[in-house]
Amino acid sequence: MIPAAFDYIRAGSAEEALAALAEHGDEAKLLAGGHSLLPLMKLRLSTPAVLVDIGRLDDLSYINDAGDHLAIGALTRHRDVETSELVQSQAGLLAEATSHVGDPQVRHRGTIGGSVAHGDPASDLPSVMLAMRATLVARGPGGEREIAVDDFFAGFLETSLGDDELLTEIRVPKMPDATWGFQKFNRRAQDWAIVGVSAIVANGSSGVGLVNMDSTPIRAAGVEAALAGGASASDAAEAAAEGTNPPSDLNAGPEYREHLARVLTRRALEAAGR
Amino acid sequence: MEVSVTINGDSHLHDVEPRTLLVHYIRDVVGLTGTNIGCDTSSCGACTIHVNGESVKSCTMLAVQADGQDLLTIEGLADGDVLHPMQESFRQCHALQCGYCTPGMVMAAVSLLDENPDPTEREVRIGLEGNLCRCTGYHNIVKAVLHCAEAQS
Repeated sequence: MIPAAFDYIRAGSAEEALAALAEHGDEAKLLAGGHSLLPLMKLRLSTPAVLVDIGRLDDLSYINDAGDHLAIGALTRHRDVETSELVQSQAGLLAEATSHVGDPQVRHRGTIGGSVAHGDPASDLPSVMLAMRATLVARGPGGEREIAVDDFFAGFLETSLGDDELLTEIRVPKMPDATWGFQKFNRRAQDWAIVGVSAIVANGSSGVGLVNMDSTPIRAAGVEAALAGGASASDAAEAAAEGTNPPSDLNAGPEYREHLARVLTRRALEAAGR
Repeated sequence: MEVSVTINGDSHLHDVEPRTLLVHYIRDVVGLTGTNIGCDTSSCGACTIHVNGESVKSCTMLAVQADGQDLLTIEGLADGDVLHPMQESFRQCHALQCGYCTPGMVMAAVSLLDENPDPTEREVRIGLEGNLCRCTGYHNIVKAVLHCAEAQS
């Protein structure tokens, strides 16, 4: 399978990438590691006229301790996130979930920013962003802006990033004392999750994000509310499918996904010590 | 668009269409057909090569993305007639049946040991999760990787 023809621009800097986006608008797509976009292009489900390759922007690949949060460059590869001692100690949930993305080959190429900006409800990392209440930083022609994760996922494979904006950084709160659980249910090791759950508990408050339970990555708000009200893990997990609209595909229908969400949420919360 | 790469130590310069996949470039343009195409959907790992020393699925990378990079394919692993220790271990442990997954499996296994020279059996199995053997010959493949790790230690 070969992608449809496109014009290729290799950006030498974030400014060059933004200039290319400004010129080509919604005809252009950004290419980072390519492990979300290229499969879609090979299936011709995505046919951008212009591909702007930002894969060489090494200055957007970093993991920094920024006081109360970790600042992770959008082009940081999964491999670098999962093996980072800083991420492991300050955001263990993110390190663990990242180690379950695809397979080693995928993690050598794929990037955290690419995964999050793709906005795929079946991806693992958006659920972590929701659970940890990450902040996304975007750069556009008007400068930089911060986007709370709850305002980020806008629709199926859609985010609130503008056509002329570049996701540059992911800010994850440092939570060294948090307990957490990550659950991913799939049939083969490397598959997308049929359903997945990220749960984190710290200082009495909780965050729970769901994978593949709606057309966007979605927060299990009912579970969080139940936990805040003092519910046990198993009681809170009963609310996992509330307000979701799970997809139907060859792996599972909505009812089975709702069941999985409840079971996996309970397991994730138990792993988090609830 | 012009692409300049090093493959197995040799420099190559070609003009390719931007949409050319790296695996097609390696097989059809450079003529190195040891790298197989299996599923073509980044699932099976048959097309695994090394880019700058790390395993990558060459069906999910554009040739233009490899411009300026250092690539290693299965043809570049042996030293003349002397097999790479991983190839030798695959041979000793009979770690192949039909052989179709083997080039990708060997390249993934070499990358795995580069990152984790002394893996447990479970770590080998998890480390090779990106490679499918449809003969289901995993048992001896895992044995071969462990054998190689021991031989290299």
